[in-house]
Amino acid sequence: MYAFTYQRPTTLADAAAAIQAEDAKLLGGGQTLLPTLKQRLARPTDLIDLGAIPELKGIREADGGLEIGAFTRHAEVAHSDLVKRVIPALSSLAEGIGDRQVRNMGTMGGSIANADPSADYPSAVVALKATVTTDRRSIAGDDFFTGMFETALEPGEIIKSVRFSRPDKAAYAKFRNPASRYAIVGVFVAKFGSEVRVAVTGAAGSVFRAEAFETALVADFRAEALNGLSVGSDGLNADIHASADYRAHLVTVMAKRAVEAAG
Amino acid sequence: MSCTVSMTVNGKTVSREVEERTLLVAFLREHLGLTGTHVGCDTSQCGACVVLVDGRSVKSCTALAVQADGAAVTTIEGLAAADGTLHPMQAAFREHHGLQCGFCTPGMVMSAVDLVRENPNPTEAEIREGLEGNICRCTGYHNIVKAVKAGAEAMAGTQATPVAAE
Repeated sequence: MYAFTYQRPTTLADAAAAIQAEDAKLLGGGQTLLPTLKQRLARPTDLIDLGAIPELKGIREADGGLEIGAFTRHAEVAHSDLVKRVIPALSSLAEGIGDRQVRNMGTMGGSIANADPSADYPSAVVALKATVTTDRRSIAGDDFFTGMFETALEPGEIIKSVRFSRPDKAAYAKFRNPASRYAIVGVFVAKFGSEVRVAVTGAAGSVFRAEAFETALVADFRAEALNGLSVGSDGLNADIHASADYRAHLVTVMAKRAVEAAG
Repeated sequence: MSCTVSMTVNGKTVSREVEERTLLVAFLREHLGLTGTHVGCDTSQCGACVVLVDGRSVKSCTALAVQADGAAVTTIEGLAAADGTLHPMQAAFREHHGLQCGFCTPGMVMSAVDLVRENPNPTEAEIREGLEGNICRCTGYHNIVKAVKAGAEAMAGTQATPVAAE
């Protein structure tokens, strides 16, 4: 890893000032950034550790849903009694991220800012009608992910928290890579009254909604309602782990499993 | 580009001047001479480097020493009692031969201690899931799982259930 200057601000204002340095990078739990630095794939001049800023931490009930601080670790989301009560699907998603040690370090804000196409949280942000609050503004979950490793965040913008709406029913089903545990395909299904949202991660360059699935599930919220439906393989990822056709097949299978799990 | 890092390691307060890019595992091994924590893959996969940071298991090859500034770190050297009596999890690994070459063992034991802290009576499936971040290249998982089960029971102060001979 190349040398850098490490900073650990204790207020959001100090972090916002520090990140203005040229080629500075924000550090969450570091479970993606540190391996990237070790491989010398990035060379930031400054690392701004967000771990000592109290306002970025914690899980609260808000507007009937949940507001989760950006520097909340995956293990905290997985084990929170509040999350288990309000949005249990979010708790089980967090429990399935990476391995135990990754969950003890990795943070929600870090995951969504990184916007890995195979990460789990993006599906929850989109399916649960989340709002991402930054030090500058609020961004709708639907507008947050703009492409592979691309988000609506501006340079130096810091995520403060993510606010999730509470669904009537929801579940996340994931077909994971057994080595990396990233989603080869993950589908988050959430039902809000007569609205259904189906968000797919892992399959394409960025999370997307399967609108035909949503329409079918609005009419009939059962796995059988998805029989014969497919998102098609155009534009889906193909790599050594899975072809585009296989990923398209998995989207339907995972969506059905999620609907069944949601009950 | 250096800084002072202070933490409690195995109950002892330590402070060293290190480069900011120093990994926690390098801090432990090279600066403190605690070589029980191993570097296996160095790519966050294998878990040989697992230590406890404020009680939670962490891959020390994927954390900076400065991130643990002010924390309490426990390594494999810190588990046994001062008189050398093995920690119940260590004793269980020996008793059930939960190792082959032994390289992954420090990380396995540290992960197991963290797992049992959270789930004092894990099932076999929960143990296997809890050890997902640890790889045994000898594939000695079967006895490792038995050792963790027995270690959990010993940690709870209950009688270890007899394990059928293989």
